[in-house]
Amino acid sequence: MKLRHDIVALIAGLLFGAGLALSGMVNPGKVLGFLDLFAIPAGGWDPSLAFVMGGALLIAVPAFALSRRRAAPVCAETFHLPEKQAVDRALILGSALFGIGWGLVGFCPGPAIAALGLDGWQAPLFTLAMLAGMAAKDRWVG
Amino acid sequence: MANFTPIASLLGGMLIGAAAALLLLANGRIAGISGITAGLLSPQAGARTWRVLFLAGILVGAFVANRLGFGPLPEIAASWPLIILGGLLVGFGTRLGGGCTSGHGVCGLARLSPRSLAATAIFMAAGVATVLVLRHLIP
Repeated sequence: MKLRHDIVALIAGLLFGAGLALSGMVNPGKVLGFLDLFAIPAGGWDPSLAFVMGGALLIAVPAFALSRRRAAPVCAETFHLPEKQAVDRALILGSALFGIGWGLVGFCPGPAIAALGLDGWQAPLFTLAMLAGMAAKDRWVG
Repeated sequence: MANFTPIASLLGGMLIGAAAALLLLANGRIAGISGITAGLLSPQAGARTWRVLFLAGILVGAFVANRLGFGPLPEIAASWPLIILGGLLVGFGTRLGGGCTSGHGVCGLARLSPRSLAATAIFMAAGVATVLVLRHLIP
């Protein structure tokens, strides 16, 4: 069970990474082209990322619906799902800070890791700073 | 519309959704990259092996797909101080907010979580506002 569980994690990661590459998410220039809504009047907006989100939800929505009808996952004992329900200050402030960082560079966590093996020094530098930011949150906020 | 790639982006998105579906139905885990990564930093987070394998899979999967000619290479206009600032904000913010584009944006929306809907609306709006300032308001 443990071995199968870990192999599944690897396969899921490979699929995820291939999806990030194929979809264009590994390219911060493309991500910023989507976030640049104010380029719409000039015809410079790239709506591709809405299709990434749509494609992901097309598969993920039925999968989560199916998971609700099952007592346990196939290779593990329980589902580990978030239990928090409230929209609290931490969620709002954290998401806002994340969005600002995302808009500054065009990387969010998945694409930054996916781009580590591609050209350039920027993804490794961004990922190191991201890890430092995560550690800072754990240290100062808990 | 510039550089629009609807088919590749839709198919890539479906691969991301399939990865999230697999991790959920087989292992019972949310495919949230910030949470999985942060779990490696904290000592009490438990099993490390699957997290390392999942993240290594992302790196290798993207590399192989890219070298086979699927998708663009990264183009990054930000200077190094901006990259460091952006990375710090993304790391701190995703932990404080409990998720990122994958955990809240894909998995959270797929499980119809109001919390994730709020988070996604906020980080999208903050991203749009930041690009507005950088591209259109700063001369």
